[in-house]
Amino acid sequence: MSEKTSKKYKSLKKKTMTGNIITYVVLAVISVVWLIPFFMIVLESFRCETTMQVGYVFPKEWGFKNYISLFQGSDVVKYPRWYLNTLIIAIAVAVIQPVIVLCVSYTLSRTRFASRKLLMNGMLVIGMFPGFLSMIILYKVLSSMGLTGTGSIYGLILVYTASSGMGYYVSKGFFDTVPKSLDEAARVDGATRARVLFSIIIPMSKPIIIYTILTAFMAPWGDFMFASYIAHNTGEGMNVAVGLNNMIGSATSLSAHYTEFCAGGVLIAVPITILFMCLQKYYVEGVTGGAVKG
Amino acid sequence: MIMEKLSWIEYQSLGTFQRILYNIRRFLAAIPSFLIGIGKAIVRGVRTAACAVGREFRDLVMTLIRGSWRTKLSYLIMGFGNFACGQIVRGAAFLLFEVVFIWYTVTIGAGWMGKLDTLGDVQAGEVYDPILDTYTRTAGDDSFKILLFGGLSVVFCVAFIIAWRMNIKQSRENDEILKSGKRPQKFKADIHDLVDAKFHKTLLAVPLLGIFLFTVLPILFMIVVAFTNYDGAHDGYSNLFTWVGLSNFGDLFNSQKSNLGYAFKHILGWTLTWAFFATFTNYFLGIVVALLINKKGIKFKKVWRGILVLTSAVPQFISLMYMSKLFAKNGLINGFLIKSGILDVPFDFWGNATSARILVILINVWIGIPYLMLIATGILMNIPDDLYESAKIDGANAVQAFMKITLPYMLFITGPYLLTSFIGNINNFNVIFLLTGGNISNPRLTVGGTSATDTDLLITWLYKITTGADSNFKLASVVGIMIFIVVAVLSLIVYNVLPSNKNEEDFQ
Repeated sequence: MSEKTSKKYKSLKKKTMTGNIITYVVLAVISVVWLIPFFMIVLESFRCETTMQVGYVFPKEWGFKNYISLFQGSDVVKYPRWYLNTLIIAIAVAVIQPVIVLCVSYTLSRTRFASRKLLMNGMLVIGMFPGFLSMIILYKVLSSMGLTGTGSIYGLILVYTASSGMGYYVSKGFFDTVPKSLDEAARVDGATRARVLFSIIIPMSKPIIIYTILTAFMAPWGDFMFASYIAHNTGEGMNVAVGLNNMIGSATSLSAHYTEFCAGGVLIAVPITILFMCLQKYYVEGVTGGAVKG
Repeated sequence: MIMEKLSWIEYQSLGTFQRILYNIRRFLAAIPSFLIGIGKAIVRGVRTAACAVGREFRDLVMTLIRGSWRTKLSYLIMGFGNFACGQIVRGAAFLLFEVVFIWYTVTIGAGWMGKLDTLGDVQAGEVYDPILDTYTRTAGDDSFKILLFGGLSVVFCVAFIIAWRMNIKQSRENDEILKSGKRPQKFKADIHDLVDAKFHKTLLAVPLLGIFLFTVLPILFMIVVAFTNYDGAHDGYSNLFTWVGLSNFGDLFNSQKSNLGYAFKHILGWTLTWAFFATFTNYFLGIVVALLINKKGIKFKKVWRGILVLTSAVPQFISLMYMSKLFAKNGLINGFLIKSGILDVPFDFWGNATSARILVILINVWIGIPYLMLIATGILMNIPDDLYESAKIDGANAVQAFMKITLPYMLFITGPYLLTSFIGNINNFNVIFLLTGGNISNPRLTVGGTSATDTDLLITWLYKITTGADSNFKLASVVGIMIFIVVAVLSLIVYNVLPSNKNEEDFQ
């Protein structure tokens, strides 16, 4: 190797080195920016000085005071009740919604019938209306059946699951990739369509089923619009999002309950994050698959 | 403005800026013909529908003339054709439906439907009773119930007509089967069909019923409400409401009458601006972050990715509400800025329109990048490496490779995703409401008892109108319809005008 080329290689190496260092710095900055708010929220949840702004980052007095007062509750704070409400709703939705979504997506992907295209276009058009529009009338009907206010758990489960068939796109994209020859082979052997679904397709669709269950379970924790309208200012019927927002709604309640709010947020975020990290593989598969197929 | 399509060689000779200009002009030039196309499609659709109805009627008459006596009797007694051929269960279902329908319509339904034209004209009230010296309540109409039950009765009628038509069709099919010497299918075979040949009906029955009851019917009802004066002052029982035609829509575009016209224009404009910036900032920055993490020679890829995914696992409302308080006047950011001597008095980030708007877009980037990073990573891994290698040999630098390979590839694959995320951002309630819900409202946007802030989108405005002091349901339904129109027009344009399907083989 001549001296000239070795010099060239060295400078190239140097160039990639500086490039990598810059990238590491940028990534580190990004990680810090993304993690700081969560770091802060955890710190503030253990802070015993309850005012909102204290002017320092690390609490002077650490303790579980906020957590304890959250669970003791008051007229405004009914945190255990909100938590339980949301958990019940989330479990119910996680059971019902995947069944509905899988029924619709499997049918639209695998069977061909006369009104299939019409049905898909119809759902597309209906989906363009804001979902909240239908809440105005649904609220009146549900409240006449006692499914709002204190009974809003059942009302919300109904609202979340009833129309969930319209969100079939991601799992239909999955079923479209399962080779059709599998179905046909089984059909030739005399299996009914139901048998094909239960003994061939479902065992193969574990990733998409877990993805559907995960997203169905997570959605009720973050919903504010529907939950606040159905709960209608009744403390017993709120989910955590509405409850916490209500708790720090006004300026006076904000400074009184701010650290409690942080504690409440941590209590929700921790279990959900753990669950999410366990099932992360399936989530990533679903997200990337769904985006490619539209 | 008729644009001539440039040949490929002419197009190549243009500069980058000229090409963009050329593409924009071609896009604009295509819109009129696109609109004409929609018009033609509507006319064609109406004509097809009219033909279909005509065919149905002709078929009904011909069946009546030529059909067997069983089929003829089916016109009056539903399910008779099924009974006569031994299909007891089907026949019983039809007959039961007919009996229930007639009983319902005669006893209840006709009454509700009769009042639909005025939505009730007897006002409930109190009448002074001089003998007992008290006020007694008199029963009156309830416009809301009339609209609800009258509408349901109409839907029931339509269902009956469809069932009636099905009953005649089945009877005629049975005639034909008998003529060919076979026996019509019995109930047992019907059941077997439901898990085999007609399995789709079994699977779709419950989901479609749910969609019909909880989405289609409510939306139809709310569309109808847009043509009435239903609001807090006309709530239906203490004060009747009635049909007002198109005047609600007229008010929305009339800037002189009240704040309404101005508020609508203002909020619509911000909704579109927000959706544009929120979608594309997330999109490009997400790709950049994904590229950084996937760069060759970078270690701990899983850790970097894991950190970002971790933040997206935390339920959004917590981070949003926390962020909203972080930037508050007495929040941590202001505290830090004052302590470090950058500011003397706390800066009210949410207090003025410009800073609030910039802040929601920035925070939305913070929320959205992990998700986009995941999507982009999945797609970037599929870009064939030889594309980059040959570009490098041809002397392209990193920026050129990004502009000519990565970006076109991403845009090609994620075109539909961009559209859905744009629409998702138009309806992004959580980010806007949880961040800026408590902000000071802009007095020029106040409509009746509903106030709005400068960062409100149409969807949060809809929420505020519905929950507002004067429960302005008629305005809510008009705004809802407007959101639908915006979304529908955007989707139609993107699907039809943008040439996303034209060069499908570019990357295959």
